[in-house]
Amino acid sequence: MSLLTIVYALSFYFAVAVLGLGLAFKIRQFWVTPAPLKIPIMPAPLTGTGVAFRLGREVVFFESLFKSNKWIWVLAVLFHAGLLLVVMRHLRYFTEPVWFWVVLVQPFGVYAGFAMVAGLLGLWARRFLVDRIRYISSPSDHLMLALLVLIGASGLSLRYLARTDIIQVKAFFLGLLHFDWQPLPSEPSLLLHLGLVALLMIIFPFSKLLHVPGVFFSPSRNQIDNAREKRHLAPWAAHLDSGRDNAPAE
Amino acid sequence: MAKAPTFDIPAFREDLASPAVVPGAMDHSQPFVASPDHQADLGFPGELVDDWETKAVEKLGELLEKNRALRVYLDSCVKCGACTDKCHYYIGTGDPKNMPVARQDLLRSVYRRNFTLAGKLMPKLVGARDLDKDLLDDWYKYFHQCSQCRRCAVFCPYGIDTAEISMAAREIMDHIGVGQKYCNEIIGKVHKIGNNLGLPKPALINTMEGLEEDVEEETGITVRFPVDVKGADVLLVTPSADFFAEPHVDGLIGYAKVFHQAGISWTVSSYASEAANFAMFIGSYEQMHKVAARIRQAALDLGVKRIVFGECGHAWRVAYSFLNSLAGPWDFLDPKYPKPQHILEVTNGLIKSGAINLDTTANDDKVLTFHDSCNVARGSRMGDVEGGQFIIPREVIKASVNKFVDMDPGTINEKTFCCGGGGGLLTDDLMELRVKGALPRMEALKDVVDNHGVTHMAAICAICKSQFAKVMPYYGFPMDMIISVHQLVGDAILLGTKE
Ligand code: HEM
Ligand code: SF4
Ligand code: SF4
Repeated sequence: MSLLTIVYALSFYFAVAVLGLGLAFKIRQFWVTPAPLKIPIMPAPLTGTGVAFRLGREVVFFESLFKSNKWIWVLAVLFHAGLLLVVMRHLRYFTEPVWFWVVLVQPFGVYAGFAMVAGLLGLWARRFLVDRIRYISSPSDHLMLALLVLIGASGLSLRYLARTDIIQVKAFFLGLLHFDWQPLPSEPSLLLHLGLVALLMIIFPFSKLLHVPGVFFSPSRNQIDNAREKRHLAPWAAHLDSGRDNAPAE
Repeated sequence: MAKAPTFDIPAFREDLASPAVVPGAMDHSQPFVASPDHQADLGFPGELVDDWETKAVEKLGELLEKNRALRVYLDSCVKCGACTDKCHYYIGTGDPKNMPVARQDLLRSVYRRNFTLAGKLMPKLVGARDLDKDLLDDWYKYFHQCSQCRRCAVFCPYGIDTAEISMAAREIMDHIGVGQKYCNEIIGKVHKIGNNLGLPKPALINTMEGLEEDVEEETGITVRFPVDVKGADVLLVTPSADFFAEPHVDGLIGYAKVFHQAGISWTVSSYASEAANFAMFIGSYEQMHKVAARIRQAALDLGVKRIVFGECGHAWRVAYSFLNSLAGPWDFLDPKYPKPQHILEVTNGLIKSGAINLDTTANDDKVLTFHDSCNVARGSRMGDVEGGQFIIPREVIKASVNKFVDMDPGTINEKTFCCGGGGGLLTDDLMELRVKGALPRMEALKDVVDNHGVTHMAAICAICKSQFAKVMPYYGFPMDMIISVHQLVGDAILLGTKE
């Protein structure tokens, strides 16, 4: 077993652990923190089903972003839809036999890679060209885009420029899943691609990628509009009610 | 216009493209700081405490544990920029720190520095900062250039509500001894006297008697304006500006005529003579609770069956969305009615059922448009369908006047612009901000005035009414263009025609 394989194998275990535990920690934190008041952005759904649809529209269509800014919306959809298809396409490296729908996705996955990179480059351009967005960008915002562009570009180069032994890559990942390590091919672009993906997984729970759980926990979007019908009380606020209703005023 | 302003009044924009960034444009704007006495009345330290940097961070830590919104919002922003041009204060001033995300970042930078791994290890990289005097000054300035109108949240893909961030920041500042005079002085008055104006019971009774006489003189009919009447059906809780400010008082007269004509017995309470709950503006749950408790107490003492709120935007947000949490459960009230109810829900119901009749020709000298108050639009509802807060006021207006035109769709309903004076900013020491923040609303108004002959704009918020009466002249509109919705009702209602 080469040192390279060992390093990459360990890195991926580490990355999966950080991503999993980190996200679990954040989700738990979001979950247990009470929302003391009813603050849905109105008009808001009157039922739980309505809320599920509202969140669904945000996640699937980026509804509010669409209302807000068509340019960002188009680029965001290019990137995210591209990313989603690319991730689906990559499932073939982790499944044997490859699931039926993953096979179906394969041809789209290739175009999706270009869409994803194009979307990212567009979003990145806005960070330079639009004065408002330039103002709010930190170095980490640029680096995050750089990281994703590099992942996308190195991935595309693996397909179009420096092809690698895909069968062996798959063997490596199945080996990781079954704790039966197999050697990893050593093309630089593959190593770059995989290394950056591991890095992305590691920084995920510590970065603005927390928008992924965040979108589901945002009280302004996930609350039902029923404040008059149902009393909403945070555990920490309950004690304030003690001792009232005793004496008349004045 | 009273006196020449010391600042430039923004020009109406040719096209409504997003304004360019002008760093520091409003760096000089800040409200008066609360005196030690005002702070003490609310139990806050009188002046900047020792070791305030640490205490501020501790307070932030406490709020993060208590408020999911704060935690999720501080973590989730991707800096996409969708909100950047949605704030009326950014549109009116161009100051980049008035872009909602940049305003949030004033607090987020401290959050990242103290509560996130990346911010602890690599502050520069992720825009994390230690809280120092410069940053605190920016907090004080720019968290008092946010009217907590929630417009930004409508457009954010995660619903990140800058109002929540501003509230948290103000709460932290209060706890280290840096309060805002306007809000804290007012909240102190409510605790002591029961209303924002500090209007004591005898003065209140006097005012209400005066209104009774005025209405009798004008209409020949005795319309009662009761105070502290035990056993009345309805407790009316209305912003204290309704008792005497123009155009608010005409709204109060309208409510009284509606109750009179419908035969509903009602009263105001001298103990809870204020609908507004300014404690929301300073983000203090405890203070909000204390202010709201007066309403519960008054309802119990007077033995009323229903609580009805008068025209006031953030008051209605607190009433509709928070009152059940703060002062509920309301199981001692009549379950047939929503608890609490908005006066417009009452009036609309009475119009629909034919219990009151209106003669629209009484308002034929007017062409109306309607300003959706931000807190009603995005923080509450009326009626029993989603979006009722947009429908019901318009139905009541249309039942009272013949000519009604809506403003540009991008400036009404959920996308409405704040009047520029909400969120505890309705103070003369922020006049420049108020005038500039009104720009988008004034532009939309100008459009319907020029193209549809609109003569009046109706509103349902005490702050909106005061703010517009003050700033409209800066834009060349007469101050009496702004009126209460219930003034229209009061002028059109047919009194005494039924038995
Ligand atoms: C539930 C799934 C997700 C939803 C609903 C979602 C939604 C959004 C939205 C609405 C934006 C703002 C528009 C934009 O700037 O593109 C955004 C930005 C972003 N998202 Fe996601 N996202 C999701 C998953 C992901 C994942 C899995 C990643 C990366 C691995 C990701 C990476 C990013 C990045 C880097 C940005 C910022 C782009 C920029 O700098 O402008 N997102 N996301
Ligand atoms: S719209 Fe929301 S996510 Fe985008 S920059 Fe503004 S606050 Fe951040
Ligand atoms: S809440 Fe309103 S005033 Fe505050 S930042 Fe958002 S849009 Fe601006």
